[in-house]
Amino acid sequence: MEKQIKKVDLIFGKVDYADILAKSLKRTRDEIILDVIDSGLRGRGGAGFPTGLKWKFAKNEEADQKYVICNADEGEPGTFKDREILTQVPEKVLAGMALCGYCIGASEGYIYLRGEYNFLLPSLYKQIDAFHKKLKELKFDFNIKICSGSGAYVCGEETALMESMEGRRGEPRNKPPFPTQQGYLGKPTSVNNVETLVFALMIGQEGPTKFKELGTFDSRGSKVFSVSGDTPTPGIYELELGMTLEQFVNEFGDGDTKAVQVGGASGFCVARKDFKSTLIGFEGIPTGGSMMLFNSSRSMFNILNDYLEFFEEESCGQCTPCRVGCQQLLKGIEAVKKGVKPPPYLEELQKLSDTMRIASKCGLGQSVPNPFNSIIKNFREEIIY
Amino acid sequence: MSKYKVNLKINNIAISVDEGTTILDAARQLNFKIPTLCHHDDLCVAGNCRVCVVEQKGARLLPASCATPVSEGMEIQTNSLKVRQARKHIVELLLSEHNADCTKCFKNGSCELQEMSNDYRIGDHVFLDLVSEKDKVRDISSPSIEKDDSKCIRCQRCVRTCDNLQAVSALAVTHKGNKMRISTFLDKPMNDVVCTNCGQCINRCPTAALTERNYIDEVFDAIYDPNKFVVVQTAPATRVAIGEEFGMEPGSRVTGKMVTALRRLGFDKVLDTDFTADLTIMEEGTELLTRLKEALVDGKDVALPMLTSCSPGWIKFQEHLYPEYLDNLSTCKSPQQMFGPLAKTYYAEKINKSPADMVVVSIMPCTAKKFEAERPEMRGSGYKDVDFVLTTRELGRMIHQAGIDFEKLEDERYDSILGESTGAAVIFGATGGVMEAALRTAYELVTGREVPFTNLNIKPVRGMEGVKEASVKIKDVKPEWSFLEGVELNVAIAHGLSNAKILMDKVKSGEANYHFIEVMACPSGCIGGGGQPIPTNMEIRKKRAAGIYDEDEAMVIRKSHDNPEVAEIYKSFLHEPLGHKSHDLLHTHYTPRKRH
Repeated sequence: MEKQIKKVDLIFGKVDYADILAKSLKRTRDEIILDVIDSGLRGRGGAGFPTGLKWKFAKNEEADQKYVICNADEGEPGTFKDREILTQVPEKVLAGMALCGYCIGASEGYIYLRGEYNFLLPSLYKQIDAFHKKLKELKFDFNIKICSGSGAYVCGEETALMESMEGRRGEPRNKPPFPTQQGYLGKPTSVNNVETLVFALMIGQEGPTKFKELGTFDSRGSKVFSVSGDTPTPGIYELELGMTLEQFVNEFGDGDTKAVQVGGASGFCVARKDFKSTLIGFEGIPTGGSMMLFNSSRSMFNILNDYLEFFEEESCGQCTPCRVGCQQLLKGIEAVKKGVKPPPYLEELQKLSDTMRIASKCGLGQSVPNPFNSIIKNFREEIIY
Repeated sequence: MSKYKVNLKINNIAISVDEGTTILDAARQLNFKIPTLCHHDDLCVAGNCRVCVVEQKGARLLPASCATPVSEGMEIQTNSLKVRQARKHIVELLLSEHNADCTKCFKNGSCELQEMSNDYRIGDHVFLDLVSEKDKVRDISSPSIEKDDSKCIRCQRCVRTCDNLQAVSALAVTHKGNKMRISTFLDKPMNDVVCTNCGQCINRCPTAALTERNYIDEVFDAIYDPNKFVVVQTAPATRVAIGEEFGMEPGSRVTGKMVTALRRLGFDKVLDTDFTADLTIMEEGTELLTRLKEALVDGKDVALPMLTSCSPGWIKFQEHLYPEYLDNLSTCKSPQQMFGPLAKTYYAEKINKSPADMVVVSIMPCTAKKFEAERPEMRGSGYKDVDFVLTTRELGRMIHQAGIDFEKLEDERYDSILGESTGAAVIFGATGGVMEAALRTAYELVTGREVPFTNLNIKPVRGMEGVKEASVKIKDVKPEWSFLEGVELNVAIAHGLSNAKILMDKVKSGEANYHFIEVMACPSGCIGGGGQPIPTNMEIRKKRAAGIYDEDEAMVIRKSHDNPEVAEIYKSFLHEPLGHKSHDLLHTHYTPRKRH
């Protein structure tokens, strides 16, 4: 008997955030950080870095100022859950930031808001004003500002995001130093995804146990998914982690699903034959939330072509493997399709994408091989013919 | 602060290096050469070309060795199969966006990408050609610098040079992804932007994306035109650098060989910009003393500190960025532009030639001099004063083309007149040199005694520190200079325009109280000029500077006012410094320009 996908309501449920904060402020920073570590919460933006550890690193740095940044530059194609969280429960995001600020010792927080989400600004400002008043009552000094992005996908990468905030081109930095060591304005900074901050708040409220009980060993808790594509029920769902892709497709597919792109354009394409064996999570295929379903009417060539066009344009352009690699992959599959290059050229391109994975400067170039190799591997004939 | 040592292994060899050392530098200490493109010793770390990637045991990614500091216990392989494949791919990718018309290229044989491609034996290009036809249209709007986007590999050395070293930022990164390129404000032509023509970007461009406008053919045409009398002048800094074009050590003093080579190339007369450098000291020194007198005695509102005007990159920088300080610039033309009009008036008369038939060529360590020669105000003789300006590199190319074996040449002497010079003139080539030369003359003029420094070497104004300051107490002056008795003359020196900016901002804020400031646009002065042999780095520039100071010490006459030809020209032609003729021929004015 297959396990049913469990719908969870940690993110969107209303809570008394002031109460959670008041109680948290009475605990030590280390206690809370330990709880977050213990919960197994990993970053919900896609990369999956353990949140508690990030906070611990930032806390351990000595500095006159530290920063909390809420990464709301939700740019991954097929992802739209942060927008909903910021619309439905913005106060929980703000409280999550304040909690992080308390833990790492920061008195300033920024929301780096995707440029296209500027329509949220009036309501967010209202929320922030109310939130600041509440913090005053709690006698906790933490100030939140909003920084608007300007439309570059790469600015979702945390160091490019900080470059952008500092007024420069959104180009990823060399690491080390990591943001928890030298982040925004050179100060220790914790950059967390919108959803991560809300989960951290919920762990602050309920302790780690309830969260830990959900999900699997490597993928604790639940996750907000953005479901799109060929599905009768597109939308946003908070689901327990640990389901297989088959379970997911049974729930959301239209009965003719041939592939699912897990994790957006920079994620992996899984073909029908692998649905059963593929776990959604850090043991299998992780996702920042994007789940795009494709049925048999879709051309996988067109899908890959679209993704590569996106990356070709959205690479920041500074490092060679990503800037030129993306162009070569795109032009390469076009050349194979047109017969200008023979089919084995695809193998040359796969080798190139392996280089991009290990030699690119940031996660953007490093993850372009994900869709490329998985689509070529699963749908080679659709690319050639 | 004592540094912690970090232990690591590179290619299985253990090494202990200071904390903070990059993997690249640690490998260099073990004599492993890791190829680099975006890295340059003069510039901040970029880590963007990725050619220098290495394999780190246990790491998923290949770190860029230029941008990654060592860590304890690290195990690095610089030439593993993984590294080789990645590096080869990266070079192939760079070639795919590079217009590889190597045989026709100005940098053929001296291109870092070409060298790397050769090292890795990249034969048939695997990947598709990405060079657009639009990028192949070169920007030749500037008389100094040519920009060819089809050769650009986006390493951003030029961008960092223009920003870090020169504080100009005429070149910047624009657009992203496949459209990312190095461009100017609003994509304007190079001649219409804040570019100072210093050419430092050229010195650091690994390919031929940025090169000097070259005038080699025009000069050969003039040389072989029987109706033209072609005279050549050579700047101080070229004589300690041209040898590098023939594989000689940086700083090799090859003045005599250079003179011989120029004569063999067919120049009718080989003359020396050093002569007009001495003349500059007479004019500029007098101008400084006059300004001081006007300020101290007449109580006039004179523009002080006075700023030197020998460096055309610095002049254009001032015109763009500090136009409110143009009155502070000395009105003296640069030595090159003093030479031009004198050649076509005084000298033409002496040798009985019509200036219309004369062609003046200069050999300069500089690309900004090409622009300077084109300035409309540089026609004091009634003709274009200096017809063609060649860089040290272009002269090297001409000598190669003519089949002259430079190293084996005998030494010859400059022609006279306009060929005699002093040690004070040759030190114009290094940062602090104009200041030192000016002090040697001004101090003696005012006190009747030599400057109080051992062997005339004014050490406080020498060296590679970005901004240098010095004070000279003036005592026991001659009666006519009594107003200077006891005055402490405060001077400052900057080289590299980012240092000039620091100095100018100090002047602007009123924080500094200088009388006289020397600025050279290029790092280390003219020896590090934008027209000098490539490569450049601090070590090379220090060697060239040492060559300059050796040249000075080897000269019999070491003070500009002792130059007999200078005395003669004042006696028979100019009559006095700042006189009427000087005003017409040797002084100029400046034009405020916009920032963009």
